[in-house]
Amino acid sequence: MPDATKTAAAIEDAIAPPSAAEPVKPAKDEARSLWGDAWRDLRRNPYFLVSSVMIFFLLLISLFPGLFTSASPTVGDLQHHFLGKPELGNVGSEGWLGYDGQGRSVYSRLIHGTRASIIVGVCVTLIVTVIGGLLGMIAGYFGGLTDAIVSRITDIFFGVPFLLGGMVVLNAFTDRSVWVVVFALAFLGWTQLTRVMRGAVITIKQADYVHAAKALGAGTTRILFRHILPNAMAPVIVVATIALGGYISAEATLSYLGLGLSAPTISWGVDISGGVTQIRTAQHILLYPSIMLSLTVLAFIMLGEAVRNALDPKLR
Amino acid sequence: MGRYVARRLLQMIPVFLGTTLLIFLMVYTLPGDPVAGLFGDKTPDPATLAKIRHDHGLDKPVLVQYWDYMTRMLLHFDFGNQIRNGRPVTDVLAAAFPVTLQLTVLAFAIELVFGLGLGIVAGLRAGRLADNAILIFTLLIISVPVFVLGFIVKSVFAFQLGWIEPNVSNDQEWGELIAPAIVLGGLSLAYVARLSRTTMAENLRADYMRTAVAKGLPKRRIIGVHLMRNSLIPVVTFLGTDIGALMGGAVVTESVFNVKGIGGTIYESIVRREGATLVGLVTILVLVYLLTSLLIDLLYAVLDPRIRYA
Amino acid sequence: MTTIDKTATVPVSRGGDHEGPLLEVRDLHVEFHTRDGVAKAVNGVNYSVSAGETLAVLGESGSGKSVTAQAIMGILDMPPGRIPRGEIFFRGQDMLKMSNEERRKIRGRRIAMIFQDALSSLNPVLTVGYQLGEMFRVHQGLSKKAARAKAVELMDKVKIPAASARVDDYPHQFSGGMRQRIMIAMALALEPDLIIADEPTTALDVTVQAQVMDLLAELQREYNMGLILITHDLGVVADVADKIAVMYAGRIVEQAPVHELYKRPAHPYTRGLLDSIPRLDQKGQELYAIKGLPPNLLNVPTGCAFNPRCPKAEDICRTEIPALVPVTERDGGELPGRRSACHFWKETIHG
Repeated sequence: MPDATKTAAAIEDAIAPPSAAEPVKPAKDEARSLWGDAWRDLRRNPYFLVSSVMIFFLLLISLFPGLFTSASPTVGDLQHHFLGKPELGNVGSEGWLGYDGQGRSVYSRLIHGTRASIIVGVCVTLIVTVIGGLLGMIAGYFGGLTDAIVSRITDIFFGVPFLLGGMVVLNAFTDRSVWVVVFALAFLGWTQLTRVMRGAVITIKQADYVHAAKALGAGTTRILFRHILPNAMAPVIVVATIALGGYISAEATLSYLGLGLSAPTISWGVDISGGVTQIRTAQHILLYPSIMLSLTVLAFIMLGEAVRNALDPKLR
Repeated sequence: MGRYVARRLLQMIPVFLGTTLLIFLMVYTLPGDPVAGLFGDKTPDPATLAKIRHDHGLDKPVLVQYWDYMTRMLLHFDFGNQIRNGRPVTDVLAAAFPVTLQLTVLAFAIELVFGLGLGIVAGLRAGRLADNAILIFTLLIISVPVFVLGFIVKSVFAFQLGWIEPNVSNDQEWGELIAPAIVLGGLSLAYVARLSRTTMAENLRADYMRTAVAKGLPKRRIIGVHLMRNSLIPVVTFLGTDIGALMGGAVVTESVFNVKGIGGTIYESIVRREGATLVGLVTILVLVYLLTSLLIDLLYAVLDPRIRYA
Repeated sequence: MTTIDKTATVPVSRGGDHEGPLLEVRDLHVEFHTRDGVAKAVNGVNYSVSAGETLAVLGESGSGKSVTAQAIMGILDMPPGRIPRGEIFFRGQDMLKMSNEERRKIRGRRIAMIFQDALSSLNPVLTVGYQLGEMFRVHQGLSKKAARAKAVELMDKVKIPAASARVDDYPHQFSGGMRQRIMIAMALALEPDLIIADEPTTALDVTVQAQVMDLLAELQREYNMGLILITHDLGVVADVADKIAVMYAGRIVEQAPVHELYKRPAHPYTRGLLDSIPRLDQKGQELYAIKGLPPNLLNVPTGCAFNPRCPKAEDICRTEIPALVPVTERDGGELPGRRSACHFWKETIHG
């Protein structure tokens, strides 16, 4: 789509109404909304369709792992120990992706490990969106001293390297459940969305329709939630969706470093960490969780980008 | 300009103190005892424990500890000693930093050259095959977690092809660090490519580009002078803030390739709760981050004359 | 990053062996391929400009006046733009058949363009001196220093105060009127044969508008250039133009020498435009407005494109496209340069 905007401008110049001579009435078919337009765009976007299907399946797997496998992810049969190389042709069997060092089905662990990643990703995203969204809105809308204080605190938390901070927090816990990891990631993760929301609110605050609402006597709450929030949500949703993939990746990275989820919890990161020692002898233990992990991250990033492109035609 | 720099430096002080305090509190108030850890399974003599604690000042209130630590660090460049073996933290850092720095520089160079190169190609061919291929390639790079990318590189180039050693030696040779640097810089490379692609594609449609064509300028000049100057501004910003991120991200890459840099030191000091070492390391990272962002702000004013600092 | 291209500076003979108009557009068609269909922006436009002559092209947004100019200049985005038919003769040579390099050498040097919005049309990160000097460096191979001196000269020429002090300023540091002067200076730099000014004063304050138009007219006389003035403002045109072409939905609907058009329009659309100018002697009366909206170029009305808005439309207007025919006096006497594309031009001009 080369020069789409310039073209659009040229076409607009060619099609658009305003002229000195006459009053302009909006044509009926132009009554479009940002989200309506975005949705029309998304339905035709292959990236969106592919990522939606992927995410649908990931959610299904994490909710009902039993639909996809009947083998236990925790009970190993030591007769398969290390000998259980993948039989990729034999898709129906539980061992088609091989077995790990304790004779457990890699496929079954893959299916049952999905839930941890999805919970971490979704919960961290929800928490940081709520915290970051509120703080960003307050800082952006009220400005002045409020903004200065919120912004400096954000700067302070942003200054701590994300991964290192997560490692320090997690190291304090000996039994690291999913919720501990969620806490550790949210503890430092909220800064990004605070900044995004603050920026969006500051821009929108200056829009004419906000001034108009103020002139009509709308209260602060009404302006914030009826006029500013709906318009500021677009960039926040995009960044949050992409960040969701990032949190899943971060969880796996922490698990790989030995500071993420710990043993009884089944997760791709734990399996990858365990597979590292066998990288030369039994690569499948490392390979399949890595692929699943990457595909999951890919799905969320693709979704976020598709939404961004749909919402902001300038980026195309 | 001078006043702006002064103001920015003043603004940096609370952020610097806040960040170091935050990391200090995280290290020293979260559960876990570095001294008890020294003795492993043995039950230590309470008097010995108390003495070691006292020697390291661990028996004082945490804010007093922070004050002592910061004054010693800022006034005497003394980061304290490690609890485990009494080694000065400055020695530990001096041993670990050079190779990480080397790795970061290499990763940054790769990110800059290839990221920008791919971005320019994609931006000029927006919507065509090359653009889509680069888009998909960068999407994949972004989606694959760094340690997975590390293992892919390691198993393909070290185990299958035998081009590189799986683990980096201690000689700090540039050649050995290329593979880890690619892994470290990969993510940023993808971001740089996408960012420069977007800004180029956007600026291609700017009115002043149409003017440049109407002036009868040759294509090389239109792209090289008029398009580039404008498109590089946001890319420079990203590159600047990324230096600090690269150093922080080295933890994972170094562990995959067994590089003996700050990554290993950070990991060990976290697990062993060597607070002094960890806080010292993070302090340096924070300083790098703050100074590069100041530098970028100033560079921004040079690149974009519309920005003026009061 | 500075690539300096030394272009051979062979002086091209002015005037040359070519007789006739400087620029002649014949049966030009331009269309845009969009997701919603093909937008026919220009549908068979003919016009010509001679040296020293000013042609005003008048029309609403979407009439195709700017697209025609962009096609002449060779700055249409192709794709999605396409020129399926037509010829554009510059000094007798069809520019649409030239190579890209040949066209590039004409751009800026022989035909120059002034854009509407000077702020966005000038590069924000380069000084105005650099952007002016660039013309001399690229087309005449001057050194950086000599080009800068020429830039100061040019800025003096367009009456920018303290030119030598301001040559190293950036576009955003100038006022709107001064910026437009810089655009004019840039177009004039190489003393081209033809200048296309696309709404050069629309973005300016009314007082500044007059100054800028006067300057443009003065310089045009001095260099004996052809000028195509694109505008939607009838007021701007009257003092400057020699002849007018009124465009509607990608076609010329009326052509006339400037004063004749004001006196006796031969097309209902032109009449509507003239009637919608506010006049002091009609104070208190309701202002006339052409009813309806400009046509959607993806779906132009059949017959005369103006028929849905025309007060005089009859059945024939909805079925047959009127040709652009010569307009004559009531007694058949010739009216040189006058043409109208209306089935009922006689009634309109003589009614």
